[in-house]
This record gives sequence, C-alpha cells and structure tokens, in this order.
Amino acid sequence: MSDSFEPVIIGFTCNWCSYRAADHAGMTRTQYPPNARLIRLMCSGRLDPTFVLKALADGADGVLIAGCHPGECHYLEQNYKALRRHRLLQRTLAQFGIEPERVRLAWASAAEGVKFAAEISEMVEEVRKLGPLNWPARPRPLATVPADIPVLSEVAA
Amino acid sequence: MTSQQERVGVYVCHCGSNIAGVVDVESVVKFAAEELKDRGVVLARDYTFMCSVAGQELIEQDIREQGLTRVVVAACSPHLHEKTFRGACERAGLNPYLAEMASIREHVAWVHSGHAAATAKAKSIVSGTVERVLKNEALDAIKVPIDAATLVVGGGIAGLQAALEVAEAGYEVYLIEREASLGGHMAQFDKTFPTLDCAACILTPKMASAGSHPKIHLFTWSEVEKVEGFVGNYTVSVKKKPRYIDEDVCTGCGICVEKCPVLVVDDNFEAGIGYRKAIYWPFAQAVPNLPVLDPDTCTYFIGAKTKDKGGCKACEIFCPTVPNSILFGQKEERVTLKVGNIILATGWELFNARRIPQYGYGRLANVFSNLELERMCNAAGPTGGKIVLRDGQTAPKAVGIVHCVGSRDRNYNPYCSAICCMQSLKLAHLVKERSGAEVYNFYIDIRTPGKDYDEFYQRVIDEGVHFVRGKVADVSDVPLGPGEESGKLYIQVEDTLAGLQRRIPVDMVVLASGLEPRHDSAEVGKTFGISCSTNGWFIEKHAKLDPIATMTDGVFVAGCAQGPKDIPASVAQGAAAAARVLSYIRQGELALEPVRASVVEEQCSGCRLCNGLCPYNAISFVEERRVSEINAALCQGCGTCVAACPAGAIQGSGYSNEQLFAQIEGLLREVRHETEVV
Repeated sequence: MSDSFEPVIIGFTCNWCSYRAADHAGMTRTQYPPNARLIRLMCSGRLDPTFVLKALADGADGVLIAGCHPGECHYLEQNYKALRRHRLLQRTLAQFGIEPERVRLAWASAAEGVKFAAEISEMVEEVRKLGPLNWPARPRPLATVPADIPVLSEVAA
Repeated sequence: MTSQQERVGVYVCHCGSNIAGVVDVESVVKFAAEELKDRGVVLARDYTFMCSVAGQELIEQDIREQGLTRVVVAACSPHLHEKTFRGACERAGLNPYLAEMASIREHVAWVHSGHAAATAKAKSIVSGTVERVLKNEALDAIKVPIDAATLVVGGGIAGLQAALEVAEAGYEVYLIEREASLGGHMAQFDKTFPTLDCAACILTPKMASAGSHPKIHLFTWSEVEKVEGFVGNYTVSVKKKPRYIDEDVCTGCGICVEKCPVLVVDDNFEAGIGYRKAIYWPFAQAVPNLPVLDPDTCTYFIGAKTKDKGGCKACEIFCPTVPNSILFGQKEERVTLKVGNIILATGWELFNARRIPQYGYGRLANVFSNLELERMCNAAGPTGGKIVLRDGQTAPKAVGIVHCVGSRDRNYNPYCSAICCMQSLKLAHLVKERSGAEVYNFYIDIRTPGKDYDEFYQRVIDEGVHFVRGKVADVSDVPLGPGEESGKLYIQVEDTLAGLQRRIPVDMVVLASGLEPRHDSAEVGKTFGISCSTNGWFIEKHAKLDPIATMTDGVFVAGCAQGPKDIPASVAQGAAAAARVLSYIRQGELALEPVRASVVEEQCSGCRLCNGLCPYNAISFVEERRVSEINAALCQGCGTCVAACPAGAIQGSGYSNEQLFAQIEGLLREVRHETEVV
C-alpha cells in the first residue's frame, strides 16, 4: 500500500444530471484526479448491481454511482431505486470482504461540476487509503458491516 | 471472437488545442490502431476539428471506402456533438446508432493537467467505447406526433411575445399567468431605456392583442400544478384560483372597486408605495379587464372566518350586472390541457434590500428600492409621476443611487443582474428631469453593452449626473462632526478613482436592487422536469448554442427565468422559443432516441417484479400469456426494469447489458491485462 498506488474507479452516471455534472466540471475547468472512468446510463435506476460486481471483479478498486438529487430524477423517482440497490450492494459486498467505502453513492445536478469533482477527489483518497482491491484473485477477510447500513427489511420497505 | 467481422474506425479530435494541449493525441491514435486491432479497429485517425465539415467528411469517406461498420469519435461530450457524428454516419449509409462518442475533452483534457495520466485515461475511455460500440445494434429513431397546441407559462413581455408569435402562425396557445393580469414587471415601469419610450405605450398593445387573440386562451390568476407526458404530448393540469368574480358576466365597470371601503397597501404592483382596495384591478390597463377580490383583506371574508356573519358585501350590493358578478362562494377550479410544447417565461423577483442592513432599507424612511422609484416616476403611479420623499410632498434636492445592491456581491448573489446599470442611468435621468435634484451614482463598474446603451450613459453624464466609482459602505441618518446637519442621509463610500473616502449628504437614496430567480423556481423546475443553476435560474440546454431549449425536450425557456436580461433580449428569446416550437409543429412528428425497454416473452417468468417499478405505468401483466408487457409509447427508457428483472428478460435498447458489460471490460483493459499476468 505505497503512496504511489493509483486506484482505478469506474463511475456510473446518469444522462441528465451526473454525466452533465461531469461535463460542467469540464466547462468550468474544475480539476480532479484522473482515476475515474465514467459510463453513461440513461438513469441511475438502470444500474444493475451486477455492473458494480463486474467492475470490481475486472480490476476496479472502487465504483461510483452518481444520479440526480432525490426529488430531481428525470424519470420521477428512479434514483431512489439506485439508492436502495446501493445499500444492498454495500451489505452484500461486506460479506465478500469488500469495504463498503469502495462503492460510493453521490448526487450531483447538471450545475454541480464542482460537487462532482469533489466527490471523485474524496473517493480517490478514500480508496487510496484502502489500497488495491485485487478481487477476487486475493481472498479477503470478512469486513465488518457498519452499523449505519440498514438491514434488508428496512431497505425493501 | 465475434467482433472480428466488425470494422471499427476511431477518430481522435484535437479540438484545436483544447484536447491536444493536454492529451497526446498521436499516442491515443497509435494505441487504437495497434492495441485495439484485434478488437476490430481497422483504422484510427486524428484531426484538428472532427466536428468541422472536413472532419465529418473524413468519416463519411471512410465508411464508403473502407467499409466501416462502427464509428468511435473521441472528442467532446456527446451532449454537444453526438447528433453531428450520427448525422455523418447516416449520410454515408451507416445506421447512426452504430456510432459512439468518447468524451475526452470535458472528462479528460479540461479536468486533468498531467499529460501522461490524461493520455492514459483517454486511451481507456477509447477502449471502453470501442468495446461498447461493437455491441451496438442498428436502431430506428422513434417517431412521435407533435400536438400543435402550446403552453406558455408567464404573461410578462417574454411570454407575451412567445404566445403572440405562435398564435399568429395559426396555432392554439394556452397562456398561464400567476397574477391577475398580463404584463409582468414591465407593466410597472415608467420609461424604458435607452429610448425613453413609455413602457405602457409599448407593452399594453401587446397585452390587448394577446387578450383578444382568437388563438390565445388566457388563464390569469392561475398556476400550473402538474405536467405529465413528453415532447409532443404533454398533459398539463392548471389550477385557477378564485377571483370571486363571474368572469362571464362581469363587464369591468369598476363600481365594485369604487364602492369597496377597504384600502390596503399594494405590495405587489405598487411595490408598497401605493394603495388598492380589497376588490381591485391589478392596474388600470389590466388584461383581462376584470377585478379580483382579496379574501385576506375583504371585510366579508374576515367576518365569515370569525363567524361574525353579515359583513360588508358593498361590492355585491352595488354590482349592476344580472346575474350578480360577485361570487363569494367561488372555488378553485382545475383545468386539464393537452399541449405539444411548453415555453417557460416565469420571470424574476426583486432582491430584498432589507438583507443588507447597512443600507437602511426598511429602517430609514427615505431609502427606496429601484422598483419603488419606478412606480414613483410613473405618471399613473401613486404620486402621479412626482419625485417625493416618503412624506409624500417634499421634493429631494439630492438623490444618491447605489448600484449593485445584492448583485456582484459574494455575500448575496455573485452574478451581474445585467439591467440595473442602465435602469439606474434611466432613473438618474428621470429624477433630474422631474425634480432638478443633484443625482449621484455610486457604481463598481458601469456596464452598458447594448445598442445605443453607452450613448445613453454619455448623455446622462452630459446632463450633469455625478458618478462616484466605489461600493457604498454605509447609509446613515446620523450626522458626524460639525459640518453635518440632521435630517439628511449620509452615503459613506470610498471613491476608488480619487483614492479617498467620501461622505455625501443626500435627501433620498435609491437602491438598485438586483434580479433574483423566483423564490419557487426550483419547485416550478421540478414540475416541468428541468433544473436550476446554482444561482437558481433555469438551465438552458447549451449556454451558447442553445439558450432556448432545456434538457427536457419540448420545454423551452424565455426571458429572465433563464437569467437576468433586459427587455430587447427577453423579447428576442420569447420569439426564438416560439420559432423553435413552430419548427417542431411544422415537422409534425419528432424523432426520439430509440432507448426503450422490451420484454423477451420466452424468458419472462411472469413474476411481475417490474410492474410496480415503472414510473410511467408502461408495464402491464398479460393474463392470457402470463407474461409482462411494455407499452413502447409510454416507456421513456430509464432502464430501471431492465436492471431489476431477475431473469434478464427485459432488454434495453441502446443501453443493453451486453453494451455495458463490454464497456466496463474495455475501460478496465489495462488493469485486466495486469491481473491476468499476475
């Protein structure tokens, strides 16, 4: 876990808010670390949890899921589905020994390039501290499930 | 490897030095041509401006001559030029949905400065896009019919212009106005800069034309509650607030207003310096010419609330129409409208200068807002056009106008409100002309970029108005030292040109309060499915190339709702929005992105998990076949059901699992290779 470790982050963004937030960061020349590679979905609700597992299994050290702010979803409320899936993912991944911080959920509107850049910067630092994932090649000890992640029944409600 | 049959062309754009200044374009081209050769890339090129005609022709030529079956353009954001490059493919006979863009400008060159890291990231994005495009399918755009009726929200000058343009072309317009009359803020002004023609003289004819136009259906004193649907086919629910007047019977004679014994301060149209009755006209030239009753101040309604029956009812008693036009029992009404396009022209609100306590607004009697002075200058206003102090009779001998109140100030609003310099110059001219007072303007910068605007500034200088460059620190009524008398207002300012502190005694201070977004702009934006910038103005689709459309197709913006602007710019944007709507109407139908979900019935187990997930109720269960079915006309393509289907039986065109898995693999290409070696 040397300082030279550069984590690779895959970011899932929605067409209407968070991808445009990344565009906005560009337009305002807001600098952030080059560790994140973005994929555009129409909506964060399109995020199939297997995309996240696939990214982590294929060598990503972390995954960012970014959507419109709650209440601002272009498709009315589908970002809430992303929210639920994110909670479930964090719970599931912990049982694989993957730290929940490696899968981050963020909201950014099309005007929030600065916020989007800050989310990536923070996440890169957080994942850098955790070190490389190397999953599933390297067996990992069970990570503790943080208390603030709700149990399944709460999430499904 | 199935991709062997595909022939992919990769084009890397320099965008002048925008991309090439940070990303090593040649290295990206080399990477695509050599490393991605086994993935089907048959050629990779770079060009200064891929979006130029020559750049597009390059693609077209390669499709024809090299037999490309897939195209990847690594350039700017797809939100800018996806259509451009899809068009190029289509012209060369390739299905436009077999082209993809890799955003290496907004997502790489503009946000990263390290050449090596930026180039590496650009390569992985290109690799991801190549993998994705290999899984793309040829698609056909979805055609939707456009309902010719148009909704215009806001009856200020921008909305009026838009409504009239659409109606003149022969199409139905529903014009919704929250206030009781059309006109907006412009109706409050006296003269308009820089020509000094009277606002009412140029505005009221437009109001009257809109009011009487056979194609324009007016809904004043109304608000939009709900919007459903999509471009070409919106269903809008409008709430009509009760006026307590029978609109069909009332002749607008005004006897009710005359007989009403209740006089209240008019905070709305008269900006708090005039009065109105409890039943009142918004203003003299109101369109429609109907009064409105304010239940919060009406004696009858207040009486009814306290159960003290038999309130005044003078309006009803004196109303001469049969049947009586006064309807105390009138209730809110709801109207449903079907429209194809929506133009939002909801305007602005004045910055509340009370928020800057050191300027004394609301505390010191003779500190006025610019809007108050507008009403004062207006011949039809409360003072009949006389410039007087708060006592209603004394003419000021010296007037100070403070610029940039609440604008260009990081404590309040960082933006320039764009109109206040010219408005202040106009007010300076009017005050000097009408009262002969000495007028001082305190400014940070004078901003007069507009046709004949700077000439007007020169004219006002020549008229003898004083200009002091500096931000006012304080307005006080307390005399300091022997030379100062009481009863004056002292303006403390650093004169940054002379390099000294000044303390200027005046009788009246006018605060050039800036423009702010409507307090509920975020909510209104949500209703129409558009968002607001950090400052609260509606976001346009593109700041330069499309300041009229929004990210929601079929919803357009005009006037100050999109950002501060003057009357000519509002009129121009209103007309431009109308032109865009008319173009949509003329096309008859519109091509939408073919991003839709569909059920593969053989794989569907009929679990119905997807049924409840759709926000548009597009998914239903077919009892006979025991499978779920998606209505393509209702589906908007969010893909939530695709992600949720446990059997993988729902396919999302344009964003299929295969495309996204491939893109993940491509993006992680070099990491995957490393781990395989380990």
